[in-house]
Amino acid sequence: MSQPLIELREVCKTYNDGQPNAFTAIDGISLALEHGRISALRGPSGSGKTTLLTLLGCLARPTSGRVRIGDEDVSALPERFLTELRRQRFGFVFQQFNLIRGLSARDNVMLPAFPLGQPHAVLSARAQALLERFRLAHRADAPVEWLSGGEQQRVAIARALINDPDILIADEPTANLDTRLAEEFLQLMAELHADGKTIVLTSHDPLVLDSGLMHRIVTLRDGRVVDAQ
Amino acid sequence: MRTWLNRQRLLIEYTVAALGRRRARSLGLLLTYTAVVFVLASVMLFTHALRQEAARVLAHSPEVVLQHLVAGRHALIPADYLERIPRQRGVREMTPRLWGYFYDPVVQANYTFMATADAPPPGHILIGPAMARARGVAPGNLIAWRAYDGAVHTFTVAGILDAHSELMSADLVLLGEDDFRGFFNYPEGQYTDIAIAVRNPREVRNVATRLSEALPDARLILRDEVLRTYAALFDWRQGIVLAILSGALLAFALLAWDKASGLAAEERREIGILKAIGWETGDVLRMKFWEGALLSGTAFLSGYVLAHVHVFHLHGALFRPVLQGWAVLYPRFALPPEIDPLQVLTLALLTVLPYTVAVLVPCWRAATTDPDAVMRS
Ligand SMILES: Nc1ncnc2c1ncn2[C@@H]1O[C@H](COP(=O)(O)OP(=O)(O)O)[C@@H](O)[C@H]1O
Ligand SMILES: [Mg+2]
Repeated sequence: MSQPLIELREVCKTYNDGQPNAFTAIDGISLALEHGRISALRGPSGSGKTTLLTLLGCLARPTSGRVRIGDEDVSALPERFLTELRRQRFGFVFQQFNLIRGLSARDNVMLPAFPLGQPHAVLSARAQALLERFRLAHRADAPVEWLSGGEQQRVAIARALINDPDILIADEPTANLDTRLAEEFLQLMAELHADGKTIVLTSHDPLVLDSGLMHRIVTLRDGRVVDAQ
Repeated sequence: MRTWLNRQRLLIEYTVAALGRRRARSLGLLLTYTAVVFVLASVMLFTHALRQEAARVLAHSPEVVLQHLVAGRHALIPADYLERIPRQRGVREMTPRLWGYFYDPVVQANYTFMATADAPPPGHILIGPAMARARGVAPGNLIAWRAYDGAVHTFTVAGILDAHSELMSADLVLLGEDDFRGFFNYPEGQYTDIAIAVRNPREVRNVATRLSEALPDARLILRDEVLRTYAALFDWRQGIVLAILSGALLAFALLAWDKASGLAAEERREIGILKAIGWETGDVLRMKFWEGALLSGTAFLSGYVLAHVHVFHLHGALFRPVLQGWAVLYPRFALPPEIDPLQVLTLALLTVLPYTVAVLVPCWRAATTDPDAVMRS
């Protein structure tokens, strides 16, 4: 077996650690996710899926345990390096999409690349190409709040891809979509997988879990892995 | 370097878009801000220009003026007085002067009449630009005044005085000694005061002391002391206005702080998103810095330019009554435009800096929180 792309060892995450309202959302999870696979995290609401995604995606640091991305131990990296890592290797599609209102679709897509300081024209062209790929070219200049839910998600995916990351993270991607749009989303994921992207998503939607597209389904309950097929 | 420039350009672009998205708020802030800078800059420019002008006026006035006192009151210099002044060491020149005030009921202003050695021929006068404006006269025109004794005197305007220092020359009328004595019925051989020029400027005080010892009934007025009094007067007036203003300023500071520090939930969310998608804390702060700098910079520039127009083209219409004590006595005069780099810098620091900091601090707090919160918004 090749070296896993993302590896968790005995990872715990306790919110409000040390305070009376401390809550352990992830309770000693060890998990290895391989390169180029599509993995799904499933489990009831409150089981810790989103928390686990934030640990995998370097949005938060574990309270204890180790997180490795590639051959780098990131659990103790300072925030600055985590940010750089996020920018280079991860693309995020949030549950609420989290686009910035008032900005056009194209500007939203360009945002993650701003800190890299590439020429505006280059960035703009790349964003336009991504929007075209997701059939949004005609909406490029529209403020994102004018777009439909499905369109907003495709803008969010385009934004996640602007820095050409190798890992795509999506939290409950189909929660706000109807069946047709959910199927369209899965179609996009299949294409991105074919491009070589590693994808980790959370879902309790049977449409996603039973689609046959998932290489792995990890089931969580109360912050522990109960089944990792 | 290229990358750095590109990045700043992208950040500024983002900032401009952000200001545009919060148009009402940005505009309100910009207007308040501009108003504050305008008022502050007006006060500063006005007092500075007045002070410069006063200094310029006094630079032309004699180093020492000697007056004759009778019963403690300013009286005319008697005919024999000049001979009684001993030939003092250190005195370069003594010039007896003839001057007085005349109230012109036609334009309701006070004028200073002064006899000079190089005056125009008899029956001719030189007048200040303010009077020329007020009475609408040009060289060659006639002016008639009813003197204090009731007799009407007619003069030909021989020329208009140089407008270089209007505060000094605005109300001036220059005429020959005989015309002066005739107009005011001034006793022959007597003078208003004596101007004294000193050989060595550092000796002014010693010369004055020796003069007052020799002439116990004389009063000596030193230019340096007048200058100091003026400076104190202007500082005091500027102080009053600034004190009144500081209340308004404080209110503004609170407003700005509140606006900036009470980071809208929307803004906080935005910062969270930017951080989650790969912006560093520094990027967020740089972006916010540009936002603060653009807003306060624009406000500063427009406020300063407006103040400049107000003070030097509209003659400080809003502050004149407070800042310029003798406005009622003087005909209108125009101040020459002055820009003092140090003053501009002070003003910029007083206005741009606090706001930029007020914007940055809360953003820094928002930007240093963990980005995982964005997963749950
Ligand atoms: N910032 C937080 N502070 C305290 N508790 C939290 C925080 N975020 C999540 N939790 C708790 O952690 C548990 C797991 O949450 P989450 O990871 O969002 O689960 P899921 O995504 O599976 O619904 C929940 O009980 C939630 O209430
Ligand atoms: Mg969740």
